[in-house]
Formats: sequence, structure tokens, C-alpha cells
Amino acid sequence: MSLGLDDGLAGGTGAEADGQDCLDGNALAGPLSEFSAGDLTVAEGRCENCGMTGVLATTRVYAHAPGMTARCRGCGSVLLRLTEAGGRTVLDLRGLSYLSIQRD
Amino acid sequence: MSRTWRTADVVEARFETATARTLALQFPEPVSSIGGQHVDIRLTAPDGYTAVRSYSVAGTLPPTGLEITVEELEDGEVSPYLVRDLTVGDQVEMRGPVGGWFVWQPSDTSPVQLIGGGSGVVPLMAMVRSHRAAGSTAPMQLLYSVRGPSSIIYRGELEKLEASSPPLPVEYVYTREAPAGEPVGRLSPATLMPRILPPEADPAVFICGATGFVEAVAAWLVDAGYTEGRIKTERYGGTGDGS
Amino acid sequence: MGIISSGFRGRRNKDQPGLPPGQYLTESFPVLSAGPTPRIDTAEWEFQLTTEAGQKHSWSWDDFQNLPQEEFTVDIHCVTSWSKFGTRWKGVSMDTFFQDVDTSHPYTMFSSYGGYTTNLPMEDILNGKAWIVHQFDGEDLQPAHGGPARLLVPHLYFWKSAKWVRGLRMMDRNDPGFWETNGYNLHGDPWLEERYW
Repeated sequence: MSLGLDDGLAGGTGAEADGQDCLDGNALAGPLSEFSAGDLTVAEGRCENCGMTGVLATTRVYAHAPGMTARCRGCGSVLLRLTEAGGRTVLDLRGLSYLSIQRD
Repeated sequence: MSRTWRTADVVEARFETATARTLALQFPEPVSSIGGQHVDIRLTAPDGYTAVRSYSVAGTLPPTGLEITVEELEDGEVSPYLVRDLTVGDQVEMRGPVGGWFVWQPSDTSPVQLIGGGSGVVPLMAMVRSHRAAGSTAPMQLLYSVRGPSSIIYRGELEKLEASSPPLPVEYVYTREAPAGEPVGRLSPATLMPRILPPEADPAVFICGATGFVEAVAAWLVDAGYTEGRIKTERYGGTGDGS
Repeated sequence: MGIISSGFRGRRNKDQPGLPPGQYLTESFPVLSAGPTPRIDTAEWEFQLTTEAGQKHSWSWDDFQNLPQEEFTVDIHCVTSWSKFGTRWKGVSMDTFFQDVDTSHPYTMFSSYGGYTTNLPMEDILNGKAWIVHQFDGEDLQPAHGGPARLLVPHLYFWKSAKWVRGLRMMDRNDPGFWETNGYNLHGDPWLEERYW
């Protein structure tokens, strides 16, 4: 199976139809692995806007765009933006007040 | 520079259905994967154009290999190449396996209900294979929604698992075309609930398929009293057709 | 440099006249979005321009419909590498919105229902270079494509043509918008391949 539509977009994933379509935060795992050898999608984050907490893997990811946008399941705010453009992976985390991970 | 990408050799390719093909990949060093993870595959055209897509790992080939199963998507850019053109001896670049959330750990002994739509069965099959390989005693069963019998990926292996001891219970829901005597139709709460582990069993539930399929099934399960925190989902986009 | 897959070509239709470098031609109209599609009632829709002095110029849907309308056909180019030729639109030139606006700032930030933003220099939106459009191909603009109204700046990559547009504010410096803060070019000229940072 593939995560996301195979339709020639740079992000490579996401929706047709009406753009309502999204992926799970699981889909962030590959690009996030550029930043950390450990899996960041199991990290718990807090939405800066509404305060809801949850693991990144359960966020709503909109990927049918120039980059991936993860949104809060509670309020829809942008939690993070991630692009893999021009040989560089760029991550904007300003919608998250923290990320927390269980140490081994 | 990160060093997350590595080169894999395609060592085997086989069709599972008319449109789904399994690729066996081998690496120069050991590779491990937990059932449910995915990899990113990167292709580079002669003119330098690159395309990256994510595919679920279907199973491992210890110690240095793994398999993915790719469904050819109509008008797709990468999947037709992987399903039709790529040949044994070719190489691809891969990142991963990645993902630590939508995974089944063999150390987990609680009951497991797998629910797949269409090619969403692929990561669930990785969990089934891992369950078998580990000799796990955790009760595990699969509900598989498909267009018709000819769309069943891993059909032969699933038949063997159903007949093995202990058997893997597999329930099929046919959305377009069914064998004689079997009903045809979309999955609904009425057809779903009698065919999966009950809420009282408090199973870990893994749902994978088109976004609409995953959202509908997850909502029905929560309404039926399954523990929301025990339900893990992997949407693969698209509006889907219920399979 | 990656492993080359000699049989892999990506999308076809690359060597067409009128295509900027690195683009391929599509007949479909892909829907791209960084979030769910907002449903906006035209009865509540408002377009607002805010100057550096804090002065607000607002247009209701009826005001917008009563402005001089233009119909035109242009090619569009998305940074994700598809281009579409001959798209037909109807809307109001940005020149019209600026007619009675007193500003000396050289940059703008457009914003949308749903929170999207994109930055544009004044020189890229005046003199017949940008419109607020509400019809595509003779029909009301569908929500998935930015309806009821979107910005259209066809000479730049399509992420600049903000869907569900609701307003703009003047800026004295060229601050980056939603994608421009995150890896994409501040300007975005497809003929110069200004894709990324």
C-alpha cells in the first residue's frame, strides 16, 4: 500500500476530490527521521492553540500540497509544517508548545 | 548531510493480483522492521527529477532484506513504474523502515483485531507474519474488505493461515463482486460488528485503508464501545471506494 | 546523487512549448491544500485591505460583484511541477481594489479563511498581474479550488494564488508567508525556477 496518492506532487501524498482528505501523523515518520534517529511520531506534543495533547502519529496530516501540514485533532490549528524541497528538509514547530518523549 | 537514505537491490518481484506486486529488497547491511512500519522509496529519473512515495513494509527477510507490496494506482506516477517496469537487479533508494506508532509488537499478548481495506492489508500482513514468526499466543484476527476475490492480496498465504493450527481467522467483506453465496456490499456497522473481536475483549485494533474507509470504521468502533486509545489508524489518502 | 532509474521518467508531457523549466503539462486540475476545505457563505464573506496607517477598506460579496469584472485566460504553474494551459477565469483586478487606497509600502501579505498566508510585492500584483476571481471556466469557483473567491497571480507559482482569500495587509518589508517561511522561495517566478530557498 502507499501512504497518499501517487500523483506526481512533490509531497507525494494526500487528497483528490475536495481536499478534505488527510493522512495520519504516521506519514511524517520518514521526513522526521532526517532530524532524529529515534522515531519522533511517538513523541507527545501539546497544541499551542487549544492545549490538547497527543502523539504526533495521531495528528491530521495534509500532504497534498507543497509540503506536509500536521493539524491538531481538537481545534485544527497548524502544529507543524514540513517540507522536503530542493535537497533540504525544513521543519516549523511553532504550533507546538512542547514535544515530549519517553527515554529508554 | 543526513545519511538516512540507502540503496537496495531488487532481488525478487512477484504479482499478488493483476495490479499489486511484491518487491523483495536486499541491503548491504542488516535491516529490521516492526510489523506496521513503512519505508519511503525515492526514484531518480535520468534528467535528475526525483519522486518519493511511502509504502508499507509487507514482511521482513532477515537479516538484510524486506518486502513491500505496491498497488498500481490509475494515473499514478511512481506505482506503475514499480509494478510494471522495475526488474530484478535494479536498485532503488529507501529511507526507513520508519514509524513507531502504527506497529504491533510481538511482546504484546493482548487480543488484536486487524481491519484492512484494499491494499491497506499490507501493513496488517506484516503484523500477521511477525505474529507467526514469533509464535505469539496473542489472539489475532483479520477483517479484509476487498472489491472481489481477484483483488485479494496474499490470497494463498491467507488460506493457509486460516487452515493452520492455530488458525488465523480471516473474514472477507466483498464490496463489488463476491463468490457464490457471499453477500456483496459496503462495510457497515451491521456487517462489521459480528465479524470482529467484541468490545469486551478490549482488542488492540489496527485499521488501514483509504481515508474514508478508516474514518468510518474507527467512528463505528468508538460508537460500539471499543476503547478509543486502543484503536490505531493508518489512512493512505484518497476517497476510496469502500475497499 | 541518487541511483538513476533509467526507465523512470516521472510525468510525461515535459517538452511542450510554453512550459517553464522542470514543469509537465496536465489536463486535470489537481487540488492542493494544507488543511480542510472551509465552507464560506457569500453572505458572510468579506474582503479587507489594511494599510500601514491601520485604515481598513472592506468589500462585501455584493460590493465585490459590483466592481468591474474581467474575463481572461491564462496558464498556471504549480511548484509541485504541474502546469495547466488556458485556464479561464472571471474576477476583479487588484488594481481596482487599490484605486482609493493610500499606501506607500512595497509589500503585501495576503491571508485566507483557514489561516493560509502568502507574501507578494506590490509590483507583482498591480498593473493587471493579479485578480480576485470567483469563476473558473464559466462556473462559480468550487470550494476545493478556493471558492467562493481566490487570489490569482498566474505569473508566479500557484501557491501564491491563495485559495479562500479574505484580505491583505501592507508591509514595509517582505516577510514570508505560510510556505515561504518553510523552504519555499520568497518570490516564486516559474520561468526562473524560483522554487525553494
